[in-house]
Amino acid sequence: MNLTSIDWIIMLVYLVFVLGIGFMLKRRVKTSADFFQAGRAIPGWVCGLAFISANLGAQEVIGMAASGAKYGIATSHFYWVGAIPAMVFVGIFMMPFYYGSRARSVPEYLRLRYDEKTRGLNAISFAIMTIFSSGISMYAMARLIQTLHILDAPFRSMSIPTEWIFHVSIVFSALFVLGYILFGGLSSAIYNEVLQFFLIVAGFLPLVWLGLKNVGGWHGLSQKLPAGYTHSWVGMANPHTNLLGVEWFGLVMGLGFVLSFGYWCTDFLVIQRAMAANSMSAARRTPIIAAIPKMLFPFLVILPGLIAIALPNVGTASLGTSSTISRSASDEGKGLIPAKLDEHTGHALLDHDGKPVLDYDLAIPSMLLHYFPTGLLGLGLTALLASFMSGMAGNVTAFNTVWTYDIYQSYIRPKASDAHYLFMGRFATVFGIALSVVAAYAATRFNNIMDMLQLVFAFVNAPLFATFLLGMFWKGATGHGAFFGLISGTLAAAFHHGLTLPAGAGPGIKGGWLGSVLHNYPSEMAQNFWTAIWAWTTCFVVTILISLFTRSREEKDLVGLVYSLTQRPSEEDVPWYKRPVVLGVVVIALTVMLNLVFW
Amino acid sequence: MGLDIRLPIGGLFTLLGLLLAGYGWHSDPALYKHSLGINVNLRWGLVMLAFGIIMMLLGRRGGGITNAVEHQKIHGAVNSNPERK
Repeated sequence: MNLTSIDWIIMLVYLVFVLGIGFMLKRRVKTSADFFQAGRAIPGWVCGLAFISANLGAQEVIGMAASGAKYGIATSHFYWVGAIPAMVFVGIFMMPFYYGSRARSVPEYLRLRYDEKTRGLNAISFAIMTIFSSGISMYAMARLIQTLHILDAPFRSMSIPTEWIFHVSIVFSALFVLGYILFGGLSSAIYNEVLQFFLIVAGFLPLVWLGLKNVGGWHGLSQKLPAGYTHSWVGMANPHTNLLGVEWFGLVMGLGFVLSFGYWCTDFLVIQRAMAANSMSAARRTPIIAAIPKMLFPFLVILPGLIAIALPNVGTASLGTSSTISRSASDEGKGLIPAKLDEHTGHALLDHDGKPVLDYDLAIPSMLLHYFPTGLLGLGLTALLASFMSGMAGNVTAFNTVWTYDIYQSYIRPKASDAHYLFMGRFATVFGIALSVVAAYAATRFNNIMDMLQLVFAFVNAPLFATFLLGMFWKGATGHGAFFGLISGTLAAAFHHGLTLPAGAGPGIKGGWLGSVLHNYPSEMAQNFWTAIWAWTTCFVVTILISLFTRSREEKDLVGLVYSLTQRPSEEDVPWYKRPVVLGVVVIALTVMLNLVFW
Repeated sequence: MGLDIRLPIGGLFTLLGLLLAGYGWHSDPALYKHSLGINVNLRWGLVMLAFGIIMMLLGRRGGGITNAVEHQKIHGAVNSNPERK
């Protein structure tokens, strides 16, 4: 890749602005509440953009384009069936309890509503998860910098060995994120996430524009691709007639209900942004404001994937000239997407049928290199880096809060001064990032361990929404019920995964590791969705059963925590166009329309 | 939190817009072979510049909006404790 000075200047300007914001906010951080909760003083629209930006990590940008190239526009189900309804639900129905209870974190809400052990279980599993997510982000970024040879030329000109690029990328990104969070805490993370949001849009929008112009618009695109690629619902009646390999029920229940609500309604990484809002009304608006750009994201992140696969094979012209990916691999790719290379032989990897395995994760980077001249390329790469960093920073701020409030203050040093907890928050930022670096290196050494951890997290997360739903809407749910419900839900997920297999996989990390295979799913996605459905249902039923046999808490202790015992937040002083319910209805109506347009 | 985020966003976009557009103004047309012959640096630089200026203007005129935020803060504080009724 040939970057010129204009590209480097653009990257540098961005980095200076990010650190500058952190530095400007430094003197405003005086108490632990300023550091962990941004003083609860952020306007709703800022929280809203930070809410999606924290989630707009590399997994989203790279992963959604990859899925777009692999499954077509049906990938939009992750938005129009998954994210949007859940975001509207958390804003209208759940935020009054998160924000109104004055809990400082999601695990703390669990302690207020249930008991200490439920909080501890959630806090510890969440803290471990954030460290690994941030480490995976860091690892993926360093690998991408390596694969695209972004730093090769400057390293050679300074005669530093190019083997160091990976290490330098990791250390640099760690120090950079550390810099701006250490100064300004959550407000710095939030403000920078908003900046990153605009930058990511500015970096990818011209890509979609050029790409669509090139293939002749949506019409031209649909003529170049098989029909399944440009319809999101056609063929969903049967898993064998659509590219996802899932039937509509598994999709709507597994993805739309269990997984999406489980993520958007309970994950402290995003909820933390809404809890920093300056009023109850702004906190409820946060996820709904976030839903508006979110529902348009498929056009920004999925379309480039479709365009990349629709173009004639031109891989050699874009990637090959800069010797990024060897010529043979580009020739065996499809459209702009190169084939995966065997690390040892350098030849393309082949699947069971002898066809080359495509490296879908390179869809977005190949598009950038194909269309962007130097100048805009610097902007596009900056946008890509910004997406990695916002993902990392989100995890780090969520980690330092949960560590300090829910683990350190609860179990290690309960009665210290506020200044001490502020210090601990900064210290947790440092060791949180240090642990992420360790996780990033673990990922390079033991790829399977990373896959396994992600699997375990999926098992832990799947039942969570049942616990919150029962906690918020049924006053009879008890702490014992919640705790054992969560554990049995996680076990149910593990058993289900261990007893089933997706088509084309052998027993192992993909499932079937309990010896016998009771059911075969048409695809890995179908297996994931059904694992989630089993976990959720088990947690739901077990929590209800145990709650019926254990003593629930007195009603006066549950005021503000449970729907039936809490006064509805008054919206009378808020203009109608700012009311969460009005906004929510508009967002849902628009989402239904998008589903119909791309049916 | 006092800092209006629109000012730094406006500043960043204005600066990046000027850089891109300025570069595009002087660059060799052969550079745009892959971007369908369109001088995307110049065009997108101008778009970013316009966005940056609008953000800065909104941020500077932000007095009215800040007041609205303050207003909400006062009322929000009342709303946010429904259990203390």
